[in-house]
Amino acid sequence: MANYSTNEFKAGLKIMLDGEPCNVLENEYVKPGKGQAFNRVKIRKLISGKVLEKTFKSGDSVEGADVMDTELTYLYNDGEFYHFMNNETFEQIAADEKAVGESVKWLVENDNCTITLWNGSPIVVTPPNFVELEITETDPGLKGDTAGTGGKPATLVTGAVVRVPLFVQRGEVIRVDTRSGEYVSRAQK
Amino acid sequence: MNSSVNWRPTATIQTLKKRAEINTQIREFFAHRNVLEVETPVLAHASVTDIHLQGFCTQFNSPLKPETENLFLQTSPEFAMKRLLCAGSGSIFQICKSFRNEESGKHHNPEFTMLEWYRVGFNSSQLIDEIDELLQKILKTDPLDRLTYQQAFLTYCDIDPLCCTLEDLKRKAEYFGFTNIAQHETSKDVLLQLLCSQVVEPKIGLVKPVALTDFPASQAALARIKQDDPRVAERFEIYFKGLELANGYYELTDVKEQLSRFENDNQVRQQTGLPEVGLDEHLMAAMENGLPDCSGVALGVDRLVMLACEVQNIDQVMSFSIGNA
Repeated sequence: MANYSTNEFKAGLKIMLDGEPCNVLENEYVKPGKGQAFNRVKIRKLISGKVLEKTFKSGDSVEGADVMDTELTYLYNDGEFYHFMNNETFEQIAADEKAVGESVKWLVENDNCTITLWNGSPIVVTPPNFVELEITETDPGLKGDTAGTGGKPATLVTGAVVRVPLFVQRGEVIRVDTRSGEYVSRAQK
Repeated sequence: MNSSVNWRPTATIQTLKKRAEINTQIREFFAHRNVLEVETPVLAHASVTDIHLQGFCTQFNSPLKPETENLFLQTSPEFAMKRLLCAGSGSIFQICKSFRNEESGKHHNPEFTMLEWYRVGFNSSQLIDEIDELLQKILKTDPLDRLTYQQAFLTYCDIDPLCCTLEDLKRKAEYFGFTNIAQHETSKDVLLQLLCSQVVEPKIGLVKPVALTDFPASQAALARIKQDDPRVAERFEIYFKGLELANGYYELTDVKEQLSRFENDNQVRQQTGLPEVGLDEHLMAAMENGLPDCSGVALGVDRLVMLACEVQNIDQVMSFSIGNA
């Protein structure tokens, strides 16, 4: 993999740091009038998701990370691995629990997910921004309630718990924003 | 015609009005004190040896000479102003453009405006007093605090910058999370500059400006070494709200020492693969003639306007910053 100098660091560049692939978020130039220049770089560690700041001497270089995002369709879980398929090549890839992480609660069969591959292996699974899931459990709501006055918790078919308006009932399919984990609407039939 | 081109100023017209007002205030301030306003060349035959400054170079094709000549955009008006002092100008000030290659960011633009002034007969403490008065006038600040470099490091890094070894500094840099730099660094000054800019600066001058004084002798630049403590130089910096605002010296007048510092810079340049820089022979000749006892300071006008307008990015105080200059 190529090396990148601090002046090539820009948002989206993938670099290796402490043995872990990272995504550059921000790159700030810091220099005293008299003295060494530095770059203060904000990065996200791709595996742990941790965001941190790292300072480099301007002109220093680091190794790039062989990281790419690919759009794959979620097929099924065999109890250990989560299987995804490339719709063009029909090639299948299995991601482990660690790569799927919190996203497990938004995985819907046949939905397209973004799989981040490092050296060809999946490290992060990002669900679509919106998913539609059935409610398996929620208290019956009060009649006459129209929208979001506090709401109530609802358990979805994947185990995710989302606050929904009181009028939404068990068995209904709802649309959820996976980035915030918030209810959006009832699913369009 | 390309309508997607961003032709608009990066500063608001209101900010530009404030900027003009500050320029007027600065000129009033010095007129009141009988400090002469001067103009010196932006384009000159020599650049600076400072290993952390890169000048812009351009070519002059004279209509009267067959050969092309290299000329440099000045990184500060210091050398030309010192020649005026040597020629008997008395105290002088200048508001001018300065140029530094490889500098761009939230607080840097490769072309920027500098206010530089020299006070004949002043020591650094008297000059700090005068800077304080200027800041109080323009930014309505409280009187500034003074803090030595050593006190600052003892307080915020728990290390004595004047006695510590390279190993001590490496350990300290690792402690603050700079292992990647500390591992390979062989220069004490680079580690001191790292800790100063990343650990000390964010904690000082937050409510009122602070003058950080008595920099280590190894970072003296063009300041004289302190007579009663040769470990430190008569160099100071002013910081306010996270910005490095000014850098000043009780000026070195000893031409021999000045020459040896320049030569030392060039040696370091050679060792680190940086281009050597020809010495400014006009400055050397002038200093041989005699630089009067004086103190001088360079203050970033763009940053002063940033503070006055409470904006975070240098683009916001420039009519057109480098992105659409």
